[in-house]
Amino acid sequence: MNLQWLQGLGALGVRLAKMVAVVLLIAIFNFMLVRAAPGDPALVMAGQSGATDEAFLKRVRAEYGLDQPMPTQLATYLGKVVRLDLGYSHRQQRTVLSAILERLPATLLLTLSAFAISLVGGVVLGSLAGVRAGKLSDTLISLLALVIYATPVFWLGLMLVLLFSVQLGWLPAFGYETIGVTMSTWAGIVDKLKHLALPAFTLGMLYLAIYARLMRSSIIEVSHQDYVKTARAKGASDSRILWRHMLRNALLPVVTMAGVQAGTLIGGSVVIETVFAWPGLGRLTYDAVLQRDYQVMLGVFLVLSVLVIFFNWLTDLLYRVIDPRIKAA
Amino acid sequence: MKAIVQSFLRHPSGMLGLVILLAVIALALTAPIFFPGDPWDTVAAPFTPPQTDGMLLGSDSLGRDIASGIAHGTRVSLMIGVISTFVALVIGVVVGALSGYVGGRVGEWLMRFTELFQTIPAFMLCILLVAILEPSIRTVVIAIALVSWPQVARLTRGEFLALKEREFVQAARCQGESPLSLIVRYILPNALSPIIVAGSLAVASAILIESALSFMGLGDPNLMSWGFMIGSARTMLRQAWWMSFFPGLAILLTVLAINLVGEGLNDVLNPRISRQ
Amino acid sequence: MTNPLLSIQDLSIVLPSSGDRAYAVERLSLDIAENEIVCLVGESGSGKSMTAHAILGLLPPRVTIDARSRVVLEGTDLTKLDDAAMRKLRGERISMVFQEPMSALNPLQRIGAQVAEALQLHNTAGLSATAIEERCIAIIDAVGLPSPRQIVRSYPFQLSGGQRQRVMIAMALLNNPRLLLADEPTTALDVTTQRQILDLIQTLQAERKMGVLFITHDFGVVADIADRVVVMRHGRVVEQGTRDAVLRHPQHEYTQALIAAVPGRHARSTALSGKTAEPLLKIEQLRKTFVSKSGLFSPPRTVVAADGIDLSIQEGETVSVVGESGSGKSTLGRMVMRLIEPDSGTITFAGQPVLGQDAAALRAYRKQVQIIFQDPFASLNPRQKVGDAIARGPMIYGASRADALKAAAALLERVGLGASAVNRFPHEFSGGQRQRISIARALALKPRLLIADEAVSALDVSIQSQVLALLAELKAELGLTMMFITHDLRVAAEISNSVVVMQKGRIVERGAPGQLFANPQHAYTRTLLGAMPGLDFFEHKLAA
Repeated sequence: MNLQWLQGLGALGVRLAKMVAVVLLIAIFNFMLVRAAPGDPALVMAGQSGATDEAFLKRVRAEYGLDQPMPTQLATYLGKVVRLDLGYSHRQQRTVLSAILERLPATLLLTLSAFAISLVGGVVLGSLAGVRAGKLSDTLISLLALVIYATPVFWLGLMLVLLFSVQLGWLPAFGYETIGVTMSTWAGIVDKLKHLALPAFTLGMLYLAIYARLMRSSIIEVSHQDYVKTARAKGASDSRILWRHMLRNALLPVVTMAGVQAGTLIGGSVVIETVFAWPGLGRLTYDAVLQRDYQVMLGVFLVLSVLVIFFNWLTDLLYRVIDPRIKAA
Repeated sequence: MKAIVQSFLRHPSGMLGLVILLAVIALALTAPIFFPGDPWDTVAAPFTPPQTDGMLLGSDSLGRDIASGIAHGTRVSLMIGVISTFVALVIGVVVGALSGYVGGRVGEWLMRFTELFQTIPAFMLCILLVAILEPSIRTVVIAIALVSWPQVARLTRGEFLALKEREFVQAARCQGESPLSLIVRYILPNALSPIIVAGSLAVASAILIESALSFMGLGDPNLMSWGFMIGSARTMLRQAWWMSFFPGLAILLTVLAINLVGEGLNDVLNPRISRQ
Repeated sequence: MTNPLLSIQDLSIVLPSSGDRAYAVERLSLDIAENEIVCLVGESGSGKSMTAHAILGLLPPRVTIDARSRVVLEGTDLTKLDDAAMRKLRGERISMVFQEPMSALNPLQRIGAQVAEALQLHNTAGLSATAIEERCIAIIDAVGLPSPRQIVRSYPFQLSGGQRQRVMIAMALLNNPRLLLADEPTTALDVTTQRQILDLIQTLQAERKMGVLFITHDFGVVADIADRVVVMRHGRVVEQGTRDAVLRHPQHEYTQALIAAVPGRHARSTALSGKTAEPLLKIEQLRKTFVSKSGLFSPPRTVVAADGIDLSIQEGETVSVVGESGSGKSTLGRMVMRLIEPDSGTITFAGQPVLGQDAAALRAYRKQVQIIFQDPFASLNPRQKVGDAIARGPMIYGASRADALKAAAALLERVGLGASAVNRFPHEFSGGQRQRISIARALALKPRLLIADEAVSALDVSIQSQVLALLAELKAELGLTMMFITHDLRVAAEISNSVVVMQKGRIVERGAPGQLFANPQHAYTRTLLGAMPGLDFFEHKLAA
């Protein structure tokens, strides 16, 4: 038991170290990117749209030591990152960090919901298709997955809004909550869920399709394994074989894939938030893009990368729950 | 080679994809013929619904022909999709081959480097790159290539690692083959199939990324692309559904076709035992 | 036979129309009495495995049993039963053990749960969970596994192949079946483990008076355990009878050929006539340890492949290196080829050092030593024509393409494939033919030393003897020296002047085959000899 704990801690420690390394590397990348951009770095960092505020520019130059040699600049910048100083947004008149922290919960809610929807839905549909391979239900599910996989996610969102909001009026089209409804009441929660439904579902759909297809082929592959034959030779029924022998084994590649897709899922949330005016980091990014507010963009990039690592850790945990071999090794 | 082509011709979904794809390519090539003039020109009253006033698919908020936009947008999508995938393949195969063949510490560090790229939210990186370096075809292509190469590298590395240990490669070493010859004659030809399939699927994903970038306003401002058309239609969903519907459909069909072809290629090049 | 336990009558198994044959098994009839072991023997593609699967209704999808077939177990025709009735039977009246212990158990479930499942599925006595667990522990103990309580809580990956096979047998016997179907249960195991499992099955069979249908390709195994033998070929029964009748007086020419092909029956007993010249290959104190990391806090796993090996091979000798898996014999071959670099030690070839040389010296060395690998399906580049594969070697060493291809054609002719093979691809050839191509490729550079790394282990017995004969011919013709790596002592006895026995990276004994067999010095050699299947029956053929 102790060794397993130690190994679990070790794994966590490795992940934390990885996170630190990634953050540092991204910070360095951000640093280089700003300087690779055409024009004056100070302008880039101050945000470029509209009139430039001379006083602000001067502040930026001084703070980041833009007239200093490169290594010093880098050191200054990294020092700031470590102290969680991600810069100041002139446009929004507040620190980047505060803007990000304000929007973070909404993005977390969206991405976690989409993640759950995609994984659960994908596993269920994929298992169904795999078990009934070749039959009508399989063909339908596979076809649906194929089409969804080819659909641009922002367009899907718009079409779903068209259907469910404009035509049917069942769900609200945009935003986070209806103004005036208090959060903590039951009505508030329902309202929240109604607003969450379309964005989370849209974001999750693409990955649902991916996991469904993967689960399907995984189930088919597992059904050819020798231990399935052994179970059958013992007299087990098909449903028992599915539940007790096939599912767990078939889940493994899907969970692995979920970890790999974490980056694209979180990246995709940016587009979804734009489509649905969901007040999260993605929407923040969209506004920042329009306003050419680079500090905000860079900050969001950093934070989203951390989020990806968090999701990787989640899927890793999930994998360990399903596969006891890693612990006992 | 002939056998592969013949097998593909008999693959139903692959052939369907190929037919659609050929139609798309044909549209791209003949766009200036069927839709002469600039898609940016105003040619009708704004918000003309489809099938009215000679507008096949309607017109947008500035009276531009949607059908013309779609036709010309085909060239943009295909061009960006193919070029960025090509760059991604070159980078990915070189990095993956090196990492897989050399192995050891160098290989591992190359792998860590590749993994790093997979840890970052890809689309966010694209946004960042294109926004900071000013949107243009060049930056879009670079951005897409930069987020697409890690998958290719991973795949290539896996293939190289496995093939390096295969007996026929070992036998070739014993025959005196040089490392370059081993890679080119023995490993690469056998690793090519999954790379080709990955490449075709990468074109599809490149088109999706490009359309998402244009949707957010980060595409090349001089190019009328499908994503841009949907992006400008966003706020007019109620009034003019056709503005966003048709371009999206175009993306869907093109990507679907490429995916079908890619999967057909996969079935033909890597026949697996579990057929069903 | 009166009152057989199982009576198969006119069994025909139909393959889907896309296959190359219509029937996997055609009109097979055989009986199994209670309390006897029937061995079903055949080569790959004979349909023996399908027959066993058909009895339990475990055929793959789209493969069906012909309507005229009857499989009668104590009066009931199994082919007419519905699925629910079959499920009641499986694991209870008839049990089955499969070939691959490494994949036959659910990797994510504990052993105890899997063994208990056999009882839970047929729990007509309504046993409680504790009672079930006790029965499981008892049966795991009965199959000879130590610490049953610990085994019950383990996962399959923590057990060895032999241990897993014992677990499979335990699962199969838990409900006291009347009939046990064993589909090549020992083929994937080491020789010594095989002996233990064979003994176990024999003991349990006698204790429980079960009927056993034992499928194998190895006549040595048949000689050891069979009461009756059924010989199959291409889906048909070719001969059947009691063990002694079939083995001593085979009637059908196929049976005769198969028995003749059993290796070790024409043992070469002579050591090479006392040449005290400098050995062609001299290995001194070779060491190699493989280290693999396994997680942050677990100690790295070390495998000692070579622990100070000393070996000399004279020119013209055939030396067999015999050992089980993990003995390091394959690693030794690869180190001689310098495909793997040893940690320390020296290798000298024709007086020249082999290790630590520069590229030019390595090239010169490689021309003189060539290797043939085990897996015929992985030994050839699928995308390279056979002629090119053979010609590449000479071309790299300076021959022109035309000359090299001409030489390749001649070699292909010599190994029995015909010169036209030059333009074909590997997938057009069978396993045995591919090994011949590999031999041709190895000989293209006219080496002095040929290393055969389990070169015949993956081949059917009859093909195996043909390839061995070919190697013997070529050796005599070209004056080759051979290092033959194998796990099969019988093969070693057949072809070598000298046999070297390896265990855990060390050489434990060396001698001429006849001498080794008659008078083994080391305990491990004795174990290996004792484990050899068919030793008693075929023994008198291994004259000293």
